[in-house]
Amino acid sequence: MMKSLALSLFLLVFVLAGCSEESQPIETAEVDTAVEEVTESGAVVPMARVERLRVATTTSLYDTGLWGYLEPMFEEQYDVELDVLYAGTGKAIDWGKRGDVDVITVHSRSREEAFVTEGYGVERVPFAFNYFLIVGPEEDPAGIAGMSPEDALTALMNNGEAVFVSRGDDSGTHGKEKSIWTAAGFDYDEDVRTAGAWYVEGGSGMGPTLVMANEMQGYTLSDIGTYLAYQGDLDLVPVVDQGDALLNVYSVLQVETSKNPELAFALVDFLTSAEVQQLIGDYGVDAYGMQLFTPCAGEAL
Amino acid sequence: MSHLFEAFSIALRMIVSGDPGVFSIALRTLLIASVSTLLATLLFVPLGCLINFSSFKGKRLAVGFVQTMYSVPTVFVGMLVFLMISRSGPLGGLELLFSPWAIILGEVVLIAPIITGLTISALQSTGKGLEDTAVALGGGRRTVILKVLSEAKYTMLTSVLMGFGRAVSEVGVAIMVGGNIAGYTRTLTTAIALGVGKGETAPSIALGLILLSLALIVSIIVNLLQHGGRK
Repeated sequence: MMKSLALSLFLLVFVLAGCSEESQPIETAEVDTAVEEVTESGAVVPMARVERLRVATTTSLYDTGLWGYLEPMFEEQYDVELDVLYAGTGKAIDWGKRGDVDVITVHSRSREEAFVTEGYGVERVPFAFNYFLIVGPEEDPAGIAGMSPEDALTALMNNGEAVFVSRGDDSGTHGKEKSIWTAAGFDYDEDVRTAGAWYVEGGSGMGPTLVMANEMQGYTLSDIGTYLAYQGDLDLVPVVDQGDALLNVYSVLQVETSKNPELAFALVDFLTSAEVQQLIGDYGVDAYGMQLFTPCAGEAL
Repeated sequence: MSHLFEAFSIALRMIVSGDPGVFSIALRTLLIASVSTLLATLLFVPLGCLINFSSFKGKRLAVGFVQTMYSVPTVFVGMLVFLMISRSGPLGGLELLFSPWAIILGEVVLIAPIITGLTISALQSTGKGLEDTAVALGGGRRTVILKVLSEAKYTMLTSVLMGFGRAVSEVGVAIMVGGNIAGYTRTLTTAIALGVGKGETAPSIALGLILLSLALIVSIIVNLLQHGGRK
């Protein structure tokens, strides 16, 4: 009785899944949404053995919708299912070291170089850059507008009341924030993390961190792409946007242990091709009125 | 407030119009949770029966342990399964990570205690009194077991549905070992987690309402069965 019910439920679901294969989904051209489903077959769970390639990407490239935009093109060009996994740079690199993904796109030069030196990655290939910003409430309670990033963080430390939301997730953005604290003369673990309730370690991706900073009316360090993608829902404005420390370079790295090195290399090649570089440079210009990413394949950044 | 209202109305429109993005996620979720529940049922209902009908040293301790595991955190199960099936883990060769099967494996582990434990409870509560009666009427061990099983079947089915309810609504396993890949391992709960993070309220509400109606359907079936079982 019990088994037959479970079995019939199972069969029912299979039949339903079969039906959905015929109703063809989804033409989406705009920015990626959580319910957007990028399957050519339309199957709920593709049962046939198709070739799959996995790329782990930093959340900023995912939350801006760039990967959702490029994914179908790559899939069509190479007849492969591209699985895009999003995580902070720390986790993406860890997945790469474990051999769980074939390619990573991240943004932390020192960690990328270590990844290659330690034999996990084939080569560090920069493909786009933009800038970080410190965003915050329009009233600017700590009065840091226009300062250099190092001075701004020092001012926040001295202020001791205005909230700063840190990613706190070992991501590339978090790494950048730590390096600015260090450049400003603070020990991150000793001085900053223990500085008080105003320093909030959010522990999530860039988008959720911006939402959190907005709710708390605090400051945060964000890449410009994610900030622009979220700007419509936020009351936060760019406060600090000048300084060499704010350069943000995205690189693609083929994982040494990838079982599919040809396709993994093809993805590196794809991202750095003239055609896709042009698409990356144009991405989001219509929607946000400015460039989210500057293509930079072949440049030493 | 008006924003919330607007999001709800868009969400309802998405459900009524059968938005393909929303529905393929709902179907995938249902499929994954059903397969998990089926596998867990085949494995752990018999185990529950075995534990209940046999007597061994430490039986109470074993049952207590199973019951404690009802509330094992989903992210903990997710982490254990991740470490097992990651390519550098002991089961890495199976290449399950970031596939629907990884989620199924995790959900089977997650709901195993519920199905085992509630099967034991169902048999225990039915067995009390019934066993004595059956023995008094001259039934052998085998007859007693069959009698208890047949009396307890509806309550046992409830345990399976409880397992399904936990599998369909969990997020920790699905996000850690499934990876929330669009069109492949994205489920209702992981899509909601991503959607809320992105500030996309309407589709998240639509997905939430579907999840809620699934839970409601399960709960109605459980109630009907318990009612029917008491007759």
